[in-house]
Amino acid sequence: MSTDTPKKSNALIWGIIFVIGAIMLVWSMTTSRTGQVWITPEQHAFTADADGKYSTTQTPVAGDIEWTTYNVVPDSELTQEVIDSGEASLSWSRTIGLWLSAIFTLFILSFLVGDNPAYKFAEAMVVGTSAGYVMVIGLWDVFVPNLLAKLFPVLVQSWTLPGMDASGGFQWLYIIPAILIIMLLFQLMPSGGWISRWPIAFFIGITAGYRMIGYVEADLVAQIKAGIVPLWITGEGGFEFWPTFNAILLTVATLSAMIYFFFSIEHKGLVGKTARVGIWFLMITFGASFGYTVMGRIALLAARLEFLFGDWLHFIPSS
Amino acid sequence: MLLAVSIPILAKTVFPEVISRQAKLVFDAIDDLPDGSRVLLSYDFDPASQGELLPMAQAFTRHCSIKGHKQYYMALWPLGSPMVDLSIDTIESEYPDLVYGEDYVKFDYKTGGEAVIRMITQDLRGMFELDSKGISLDDIPMTKNVKNIQDMDLIINVSAGDPGTKQWVQFAATPFGITTVSGCTGVQAPQMYPYIPEQLAGVLGAIKAAAEYEAAIDDAYPSIADNPKAQEAKRRMGPQLVAHSLMIVLILVGNWIFFMSRKRGQA
Amino acid sequence: MKRTVPLVIAIVAGFVLLIANFIPFAEGWGLTAQEWFNILAVGAMVLGGGNLVKLHLMKVSGQRKGWGYSLVTIVCFFGTIIIGMSKMGVHPNTLYPDYAWSGYYLESGSGLWWIYQHMIVPLTSMMFAMLAFYVATAAFRAFRAKNTEATLLLVTAGIVLLGRTYAGVWLFDGWLPESMLWLRFDNLTVWIMEIPNTAGTRAITIGIALGVVATSLRILLGVDRSYLGQD
Repeated sequence: MSTDTPKKSNALIWGIIFVIGAIMLVWSMTTSRTGQVWITPEQHAFTADADGKYSTTQTPVAGDIEWTTYNVVPDSELTQEVIDSGEASLSWSRTIGLWLSAIFTLFILSFLVGDNPAYKFAEAMVVGTSAGYVMVIGLWDVFVPNLLAKLFPVLVQSWTLPGMDASGGFQWLYIIPAILIIMLLFQLMPSGGWISRWPIAFFIGITAGYRMIGYVEADLVAQIKAGIVPLWITGEGGFEFWPTFNAILLTVATLSAMIYFFFSIEHKGLVGKTARVGIWFLMITFGASFGYTVMGRIALLAARLEFLFGDWLHFIPSS
Repeated sequence: MLLAVSIPILAKTVFPEVISRQAKLVFDAIDDLPDGSRVLLSYDFDPASQGELLPMAQAFTRHCSIKGHKQYYMALWPLGSPMVDLSIDTIESEYPDLVYGEDYVKFDYKTGGEAVIRMITQDLRGMFELDSKGISLDDIPMTKNVKNIQDMDLIINVSAGDPGTKQWVQFAATPFGITTVSGCTGVQAPQMYPYIPEQLAGVLGAIKAAAEYEAAIDDAYPSIADNPKAQEAKRRMGPQLVAHSLMIVLILVGNWIFFMSRKRGQA
Repeated sequence: MKRTVPLVIAIVAGFVLLIANFIPFAEGWGLTAQEWFNILAVGAMVLGGGNLVKLHLMKVSGQRKGWGYSLVTIVCFFGTIIIGMSKMGVHPNTLYPDYAWSGYYLESGSGLWWIYQHMIVPLTSMMFAMLAFYVATAAFRAFRAKNTEATLLLVTAGIVLLGRTYAGVWLFDGWLPESMLWLRFDNLTVWIMEIPNTAGTRAITIGIALGVVATSLRILLGVDRSYLGQD
């Protein structure tokens, strides 16, 4: 009985939420264009001059290059008049996409009830699509312009980057990163994984090199320097209490917190007491971090609910 | 929690904003630059943090556009590039007088994180030979005279983690003294305070700071206050207040139960 | 060959970067090394994708528990790659209309844009938004004023939570004398962030920096060889 009761109450709560949601959806669909995306077409036409250079034209003729793109009509501009005039049309692909977005959002939200097939399905999708997306942009944004274009400039220029300068020719130096990438992929092979150690070692070496420089300069030297402040502050009117108090507190707090992290000396006596003060300041730091973290997480939830109530259900103006 | 966030959204509750020192510092860092200064905006966040960071990113765009600053957009996160597109959309729809290549430009995403920052502090073309439209940097009016990002007057970083503000501080702001401001997530914001003011001119932490920054822009440029899209962060502070209050109630109730049960245990 | 060469590569690459930072004539070496590093990072992405596919394919072929979800992952992964790499639905760049492949891969209305807009955005953003519920549960269950340290954490969190909303102003509106305005939660939050938080975070930052420098030095001097594996 004890395990069944929470389950039953959970089911009841979610049942009520589901029914309320369904009623809201039906009501919204009857009173507004809930979950619909309307678009207007935009024509693009280009004509070639005597040199074969293309420029835009308003009066395309046969042989010109033409295509149509579509712009979404904002809710505020979508009137019955616009629809009746045929200027705007319903976009099925975007409408289906909007509904899927809402359904996927609800799938993830369903995790509040517990792990379930809908959540697992959504989770599997996010892993696959995100990994695929990252690889695609890695190809178009880095692999093609930063590697392939250096090795085969003429080919890349005629294929996808017409604006690049191909006069540099084949740049031998870029064979090395190309080889390193191939070696790295040996990690996926059943044997010969050791070959991938070369590029990994290169990675590790470079990372160690620049991290050392960055951390010494910005987080060690600059921070120690920033921590050394005058402890007796005077202004135009003479001694200033609060700035002096804050400066002393800042110094004491920094030093005591650092002593807490100093484990080479046993935390006893004066060191122990100072470390204890250090913990207090660290706790204040963590408390502040917690407050800020809560703020961030709620903002994310608010944004998703704005999507559901605005873009999808049209209860509020869409974002 | 769901209700605490939903009800103010549906009720469209908006509260007044008191502009804090950090929001003022960030506002001043952008506003005090002479019109037409060079500003690099790096969007190092993704859709997962969009709810928290996009309002401030858009506010940065609007502020820079009003000031007529030259805006150079880039992203160190794979999903940061579409975030930049949203700002470009804002420029195109709200500031149609600004011209691509003369007033704003976008660079593609590049892999390498902090190594990209290090690289472009010395040689911009070593990383970005072309802009995102595939035009050579030498053919773009606002990039042809830029050798590296040391030529920038300000770096604005919108950050959700690594690489992000910490790396911009480590590899651009500290070694080269390039003035940098940050807009970051609530998780990151407390970690950025030690860098202020020497290494970081100011930090906007999460949605509250974005709302204050929006309010600062509204005060300085009242015409923007009529644009509902420019009030996004302020609008989000309604749900924020109710949810934070709920959190306080939860903590108090939890502690009341704890002390009651401890009392009973002692008795 | 299996261990010595990678060890030398790591040491040389690291020192090249260090030297390039201090000696002007070596600056070019550093730039070249960094450029290779950035390009190699794409290889790491491919490796990550490859590992993902390998793992899920093994699960599907072995028909292990939850293999259906692995199949969804694989289909989504390859679907996104095919659509994105083929620039499905992407028009040419308006500056170069005669170059069919010159368009932006994420053009509004294209295949990859559709996947990004209607799958990646809602799924990833809602996953992070769920943390709001967990944070609330954690606050209710674990935030107890058991001792001085826990009380400090709790009180600070409370002040910051209220101080970062209009409640921090509203609660004190009308009754707090001008001279005591610093006690208003929004002002207290600013003080907490600028003094105690800065001090605590600075101590942590310096500690981390020392750790990173020590680790980097161990790698550059060849003392730490853990990245070379066992055999």
